[in-house]
Amino acid sequence: MRIHPRLFQRGAVALLSGATLITLVILIFIIVFILRKGLPVVTLDFLTRDPESMGREGGIFPTLIGTIILPLLALIIATPLGVFTSVYLSEYTRETKFTRIIRFGTDCLAGIPSIIFGLFGYIFFVLTLEMGWSIMSGGLTLAVMVLPTIIRTSEEAIRAVPKTYREVSFSLGASSWQTVKNVILPNALPGIVTGVMLSIGRCIGETAAVIFTAGSSLRLPATAFDSVRTMAVHFYILAREGISQENAYGTAAALIIAVLAINLIAYWLMNRIIARRG
Amino acid sequence: MKLIGEKGVHRILMGIAFSAISALLLITLFIISEGLPFIFEYGLTDFLFSSEWIPAEKKFGIFPMIAASLWVTFGAMILGAPLGVAVALFLSEYVPRSVMRIIKPTIELLAAIPSVVYGFIGVMVLAPIIRNYLGGPGLSLLAGSVILGIMILPTVISISIDSILAVPQSFREGSLALGATTWQTIHMVTIKAAKSGIIASIILGLGRAIGETMAVIMVAGNSVNIPGSALDSVRTLTANIALEMSYATGLHRQALFATGVILFIGIIILNSIASVALRKRAVR
Repeated sequence: MRIHPRLFQRGAVALLSGATLITLVILIFIIVFILRKGLPVVTLDFLTRDPESMGREGGIFPTLIGTIILPLLALIIATPLGVFTSVYLSEYTRETKFTRIIRFGTDCLAGIPSIIFGLFGYIFFVLTLEMGWSIMSGGLTLAVMVLPTIIRTSEEAIRAVPKTYREVSFSLGASSWQTVKNVILPNALPGIVTGVMLSIGRCIGETAAVIFTAGSSLRLPATAFDSVRTMAVHFYILAREGISQENAYGTAAALIIAVLAINLIAYWLMNRIIARRG
Repeated sequence: MKLIGEKGVHRILMGIAFSAISALLLITLFIISEGLPFIFEYGLTDFLFSSEWIPAEKKFGIFPMIAASLWVTFGAMILGAPLGVAVALFLSEYVPRSVMRIIKPTIELLAAIPSVVYGFIGVMVLAPIIRNYLGGPGLSLLAGSVILGIMILPTVISISIDSILAVPQSFREGSLALGATTWQTIHMVTIKAAKSGIIASIILGLGRAIGETMAVIMVAGNSVNIPGSALDSVRTLTANIALEMSYATGLHRQALFATGVILFIGIIILNSIASVALRKRAVR
């Protein structure tokens, strides 16, 4: 029997729209589920108090500090490296074998799972360079992990700067570096910041790469060579070892809010760029 | 800057451009130098195909973990790939662009949710459902597959949409002008033209599923056995590394790094295939 094409069409639309609906429902369910159970726990007190008895009681203050300081360190290291790599790729060279190797390396780095970054950070920063489980080891590992994201987003942002801007700058007698510094980077800035925000989001949610490099000490770190625990690691330990479900939900809610806020800022920036260009 | 001069700037930038590739080399070097000697010492076939993983007795066979990783990933692809491609088709072909521009970033938020949160949802919501309605311990291969299937959705959807939108509008118009319905156009013209990009999106999703660690540790149960059914508790390669790394020493630690080597090689192969597929799209 042959089904009429128009009937087939209707079936296909139903199926495809159903799939889209399912996906959106899953997303909304996850966010609502965590926030409904966790949000009542998240008070100013919860965020600013020290945890007691392994996190069973009290707040999450040291892990909040860890969650701010690790991504900060990672991005301080990765942003200049990534941005200048993309400046080199887009402004200082044509497509050569060398640039193709760099691009391939960047792609490979982007696909490596976080547990491998964790293993590498442990053997290289923690043991070989003798940094121990510390903010330094964790930050450096995360920096390597987000480097490809920074390179890609900055390159896109730099390529989107109109060619005429460069030509005008050169015609005024500016050198390549002056053009990069005064024309290209200021115009590509929103795009670069978007990449940085997305990277911060990824660092905040990361667990596997952090737990083996920054450790999981619940004490407030005094130096860059002290161990620190992030909210994601804290949440993992609370949930997995069944320490406190209530505090686990609270930590998860704080984590989700942080990640969503950062991603929304990134999208807002991206839309502003698109709007300005259009 | 005058001190360094234009040539100097050029050289410095070139040096910085090496950072990503040197990081990759460093990672490869350290993982392999820590894991490869063990593989040679223990024997590659024993390591890959023996089913006994008893570190206390110095028995390190990772076959159950390889099987578990493959099965969990296979399950995730069965669920996630068709769903993801269907969403991508709907958003790019049936929905006005303005609506797509709102829904696509919303779905990409799925990628921003930390993997530990997915794991937690799996434990609190999915595992009890499986335990009550299908039997078994709940924390199982099936639970792992479902959670990973959801986690790969943003990867599959976002890259598929990009490659579907890259199909020239004239292709669609030609097909519609011949009297084809939208659906006929999609499955006879659009999908074929966007094929390599869609395949790349699925392979990248595959890589993400194989490499995922924390969510799988939380939902898959972690017992070392070759899965007999989807309801069995299993331990993947990634879970094996993360579970034992914190206390492993000596030979045991080397065995975990060797597990990492196998994982690393698998991922690099997958990503190379995906990047070739994406480049093919770019050439066209």
